[in-house]
Amino acid sequence: MPIRFSSCLFLLIACQVPVRAAAPIDFQRDIQPILAENCTLCHGGDAAERKSGLRLDLREPALKGGDSGAAAIVPGQFDKSELILRITSTDPNEVMPPPKHKSALSPTQIETLKQWIQEGAKYESHWAFKTPTQPAIPTASATHPVDAFVQSRLQTRNLSLSPAAENAALCRRLYLDLVGLPPSPQELTAFEQQGFEATVETLLKSERFGEKWARHWLDVARYSDTNGYEKDLPREQWMWRDWVINALNRDMPYNQFLIEQVAGDMLPGATQSQIIATGFLRNSMINEEGAIIPELFRMAEMFDRVDCVGKAVLGLTTQCAQCHTHKFDPLTHDEYYGMFAFLNNSYEAQSWVYTPEQLTAMAGIQTRIQEAEQRLRTLRPQWEQEFSAWEQATLKQQAEWEPLIATELGSISGLNHPTQEADRSLLMKGHTSNDVFMIAAPALNGVTGLRLEALNHRDLPHNGPGRSRLGTWAFSELEVLVKKPGTTEWEKQKLVNATADFSEAEQKQADGKKASGPVAHLIDGKDETTWNADRGIGRRNQPSVAVVQFEQPLVLPEGSQIKVAWRMTDMLGCLRLSLTRQAAPAAPPVNHAAILALQTPAASRSAEQNQALFTAWRTSLPEAKAINDEITALWNSLPQAGTSILHLAEREPTNHRTTYLLERGNWDQPTRPISPHTPAAFHPFPADAPQNRLGFARWLTDPKSPLTARVAVNRVWQSMFGTGLVETPEDFGTRAPVPEYLELLDWLAVDFMQHGWSQKHLIRTIVTSATYRQTSQPSPQLLERDPNNVWLARGPRFRADAEVVRDIALSVSGLITHKTGGPSIIPPVPQNVLDYNYVYPAYWKPAEGPERYRRTLYGFRKRSMPDPAMSNFDAPNGDLACARRLRSNTPLAALTGLNEPIFVEASRALAIRILKEGGKTDADRASYAFFLCTSRRPTDLERQAVLTLLQSRRQRLADGWLNAREVATGNPDQLPALPAETTPQDAAAWTLASRVLLNLDETISKK
Amino acid sequence: MLNMFQQHRNLQAQLLSRRWFLNECGVGLAGIAASSLLASETRAAEPAINPLAPKMPQFGAKAKRVIYIFQAGAPSHLELFDHKPELTKRNGQLPPAELLKGYRAAFINPNSALLGPKFKFAKHGQCGMELSEVLPHTSKIADEICLIRSLQTEAVNHAPGQIMMNTGSQQFGRPSFGSWTLYGLGSESADLPGFVVLTSAKGTSGGASNYGCGFMPTMYGGTPFRSAGDPVLYLSNPKGIDQETQRSSLDALNQLNELSLQASNDPEIAARIHSYEMAYRLQASAPDLMNLGQESQATLDKYGIKSPKDGSFARNCLLARRLIERGVRFVQLFHEAWDQHGGLTAGVKQNALDTDQASAALVSDLKERGLLEDTIVIWGGEFGRTPMVQGGNDGRDHHNRCFSVWLAGGGIKPGMTHGVTDDFGFNVASDPVHVHDLHATLLHLLGFDHTRLTFRFQGRDYRLTDVHGKIVQQILS
Repeated sequence: MPIRFSSCLFLLIACQVPVRAAAPIDFQRDIQPILAENCTLCHGGDAAERKSGLRLDLREPALKGGDSGAAAIVPGQFDKSELILRITSTDPNEVMPPPKHKSALSPTQIETLKQWIQEGAKYESHWAFKTPTQPAIPTASATHPVDAFVQSRLQTRNLSLSPAAENAALCRRLYLDLVGLPPSPQELTAFEQQGFEATVETLLKSERFGEKWARHWLDVARYSDTNGYEKDLPREQWMWRDWVINALNRDMPYNQFLIEQVAGDMLPGATQSQIIATGFLRNSMINEEGAIIPELFRMAEMFDRVDCVGKAVLGLTTQCAQCHTHKFDPLTHDEYYGMFAFLNNSYEAQSWVYTPEQLTAMAGIQTRIQEAEQRLRTLRPQWEQEFSAWEQATLKQQAEWEPLIATELGSISGLNHPTQEADRSLLMKGHTSNDVFMIAAPALNGVTGLRLEALNHRDLPHNGPGRSRLGTWAFSELEVLVKKPGTTEWEKQKLVNATADFSEAEQKQADGKKASGPVAHLIDGKDETTWNADRGIGRRNQPSVAVVQFEQPLVLPEGSQIKVAWRMTDMLGCLRLSLTRQAAPAAPPVNHAAILALQTPAASRSAEQNQALFTAWRTSLPEAKAINDEITALWNSLPQAGTSILHLAEREPTNHRTTYLLERGNWDQPTRPISPHTPAAFHPFPADAPQNRLGFARWLTDPKSPLTARVAVNRVWQSMFGTGLVETPEDFGTRAPVPEYLELLDWLAVDFMQHGWSQKHLIRTIVTSATYRQTSQPSPQLLERDPNNVWLARGPRFRADAEVVRDIALSVSGLITHKTGGPSIIPPVPQNVLDYNYVYPAYWKPAEGPERYRRTLYGFRKRSMPDPAMSNFDAPNGDLACARRLRSNTPLAALTGLNEPIFVEASRALAIRILKEGGKTDADRASYAFFLCTSRRPTDLERQAVLTLLQSRRQRLADGWLNAREVATGNPDQLPALPAETTPQDAAAWTLASRVLLNLDETISKK
Repeated sequence: MLNMFQQHRNLQAQLLSRRWFLNECGVGLAGIAASSLLASETRAAEPAINPLAPKMPQFGAKAKRVIYIFQAGAPSHLELFDHKPELTKRNGQLPPAELLKGYRAAFINPNSALLGPKFKFAKHGQCGMELSEVLPHTSKIADEICLIRSLQTEAVNHAPGQIMMNTGSQQFGRPSFGSWTLYGLGSESADLPGFVVLTSAKGTSGGASNYGCGFMPTMYGGTPFRSAGDPVLYLSNPKGIDQETQRSSLDALNQLNELSLQASNDPEIAARIHSYEMAYRLQASAPDLMNLGQESQATLDKYGIKSPKDGSFARNCLLARRLIERGVRFVQLFHEAWDQHGGLTAGVKQNALDTDQASAALVSDLKERGLLEDTIVIWGGEFGRTPMVQGGNDGRDHHNRCFSVWLAGGGIKPGMTHGVTDDFGFNVASDPVHVHDLHATLLHLLGFDHTRLTFRFQGRDYRLTDVHGKIVQQILS
């Protein structure tokens, strides 16, 4: 319903109205919008687009003028100001804006500019880029600060606050705003007894609070349960959603809320919960289409992350600066990539998530493993010398291996495009492929063997090395071919004697063909047999190595090429291939993780590397068998996690990713390196802060930030009043209308920070104001003067969000199941919607029983197939950050409320509830039913309308036109669960009446 | 100069401030609440309660409606529209090295052998348009269509490519062409949505975003009509509820909402009443629309419809005509079937069998009914296919440097071919047309300057054509 959208325009008109003769010009309200709308596209901050060298967004260059040398502005003398001469010119070659722009200034705008120049042409930097300071509370009769700000402005319009809404309406408003559910009759009674303030406190403590407020953050965080794009496969991300609910319920300070989500993984001693929090930036879509270039779509994810931080945290439009310097706001092309750089040095990791009980059990097992290891040390007083000797002997056994450098790299299917990393490993992201090859041209003469290392990489599930759900892999066949210079034939080489550091025991399938385990399967010429090296729970995500020998050392002239091709049944995500000339090379039976650790200088080994070495040493001791077996048993007792999370992990200094400025935002057109830095127009980045994601997160939440607190306050305000104090929550820039209640916004923002960034404090502050409690019923005069309620002289009234509309139906019918958190619930979706997925979601089995009626927040969100019942009520689909839902009013929404299965089930359940609780007569029941839906008793006329419908339906049932059982249950043969002394006809008639009542404007609206 | 959206809001503010709404519309709605259908005298109320009411374009328009036949998956221009005998000659040879400079294919190593076209081509119509033998029916309407052989895009993957064709951007979240059209022109149908989507074959790579409203209000998004189950989602009343009960229920609902409107003065309630009435009319009009029993056997045969109830492309073409006749502004057909990495010969042949006859029938049917002159028909996919082979000798990879689409009707010059590709069908040799140019041209035909049909979001005036697009004057009649 776009009527509400018009407030933006209204403000625009308001500020174009001739300024009251005596009132001095206010640059922010009166001039800035004119310049931003009409001038600065060509005469603004973007040097590349600037025309005639003239800049009007800053005072100094405006006084100086452009290339013509004429001063655009001469303070105090509008008639000498080129600006005025040009905008008033009648010469089509002279007049500004140029006629082709078809945007001539209005006489009012011209007069305003003249007056501004006469008064000295004072500029002010844009309000939103200055740190908010707490304005003095205006003197007014009101004692509540919010009311004081509102009243003092209303007085200038000869208006005052409307009276408070009636108790029932107020209670309902409070419930819908704080917990997103309507009050039950008991809760309405409690409200009458406890009063407003006590109810506020009860609701702030309710677990339902976090569920309601999470939805707003999920919108702007583009939460989804699928990856998007063509395949749109499901992802496990609901733990992040639960993290948000939990943080809100605990009233986690908003600054901490942001820090953990942007960089929780980098906090000292980061907990599992803090790592889950970084799922926030991983809510980007992931393209899994065949043949994609992974880096292209990683860049798309990065753009999305910056966009999301811009909309969610900074209220800043960033997308323009992806390609060029922002035309209206102070964000240069360079600064965009400066912010981008803070986020760019990350892995896209996936890790298991354990329950608190599992975490405790795991800690216990770890302790027992350490104790066993300590016993071993105690038993062998000389262990350090032995260990060191073992290390040296093991290192000495290692052959010289020369990694292959690809001259060509690809997959036969073309589905996957591998890349070679700095450490010569091959990374295989994007769509999986079962056949990959690499061509290289090293010196090949005398080569005796090939080594294949399966390596960990944080971009792979659970650190890889494989890409299965567990991060494991299965390797079918390895082939080597060579080509001599001047020939075109690839000659296949015979490979022998495959060895590995570890292979699983042989497992044969019933068909007698498929087999897995031993490394010999690598070169047995059979695609149906595989080498696997899963060492079991807790140890499966570690590197492995295999070595194969050439039957004869290669005898090849210089300029020969080698092609290594391999096939996999479960794709390996990261591997490295190397050659050796050493005789009879083999892989020692020492975990490759230990070999890699040995090759790292002792001083720079990580704790994991030291552990890998110690483990490899101890398992090499035959006499330690008992303790080793004990430790193995402990490993095997580790719990398996039930779910996982997509999160961020920072890249190591040795693997630092450099950010480049991208020409026109094209991923493959990097120009120059950009170091992390923040926009100059904002508060400074502290000199001593780390130039990384954590430093950026702290900068975002610096109390000096001009926008972070304001944007948060505005989002809360928007969710309660329908429109923010700044109407465009995603854009506080120069093109946004100057807010009517800027001082109130600033007061609330500073108060919010002063109270520990507590969102509950903020919400309490707002709802306890008389402004919030006003009746939403406008007088016709007020509606005429302020159709969009910009002045706040009445309470809010608007249709509830999609999830709330559905939760209302579930709630008043009594169907709703309350349970906090857990995997997303599959909602019923018509088959003809399911049928048109690119990849059919076979997992789409709608929940049954109580789970079916969980709060809508928990509904599974599939990006390419948004639940139509939600879309029809304007829920976003999660493709990208949404800071503001536009409410529309369509026949599709009407059909949803009338006929969608959950709504229909709610109408049937409501009928039974009415019969059970609503009294013996239809008149009593009508009153009760209306009360359940709207929280108030109907007027006589309203009750009569319900009764008329009921009576006519009872007649039609009696006449045999309708089948009572079918209406009441959907099945002509099924009896409804009838309360005592009621009939199927009662249930049917009330199902029909309930369907109407659930669709009342008042039922689905907040007022 | 205010942009269109602002003008629209301006209008609403004025209407409200004149108390027009309260005094006239309120009464008007009270009067209609009890009647079954909104009477025509309430049309005056529509600008405020129905933002989709018809609007005038910016200048004289050649076309009022669009049927966009989206052939998803990327049909091979080399097998259908762009004859390259040179490829036949060089079949099996590697492409010239200079051709591949800076070129990136999706799946294949670009340095793969050239593959000759799989079908014969011949000239058709008075205009002598060269078309493939698998398009015998399209060949018969050669003099009605304008074939563009020089379309170009940036995307080489399906989802971004489809999003680009449909929203003018590879990034998700922008309004689709249909949404822009509806936003600009409103809807002329009181009983049906203004932007209807019909799908055959399977789901598309771009999914619902292909016809989504992006950052515009939901009402501008496409409404899918479905061949199985309810033609419009949730159209059927719950089991056991008959027509009379539905009417009585809505009368009661309207009456109650009307009481709320009187008590609260909130104009949004009037809009809500309107939306329920629209829903009611849709319950009658959508099944009526889908009922092909009203069509003659001759018509069904012309389109090649075997069963009036199947979900075929042919049936969707006939439905498109029926939608247009009922005042629907924008109809989009999706047929995702054209991704022939392998099985090129059989795949293209089958797809042609499924789509050729009905596409041609639609154009000639529109013409016979006098609808073609102000309806634009667009036929095409998201990119083309490589002249190089993929796999053995019967597949082609994605190719974005040139591909073909055809247009017909509403101000398009009929019987012409625009743009020429090189001997390999690899690069455009003359008259390149970017996707943005195509969009600019189509908006021009609908009466809009593509640089001025804007929607303010995040402080920026967004356009379908981003910051690009030039009108292809040569193809205008």
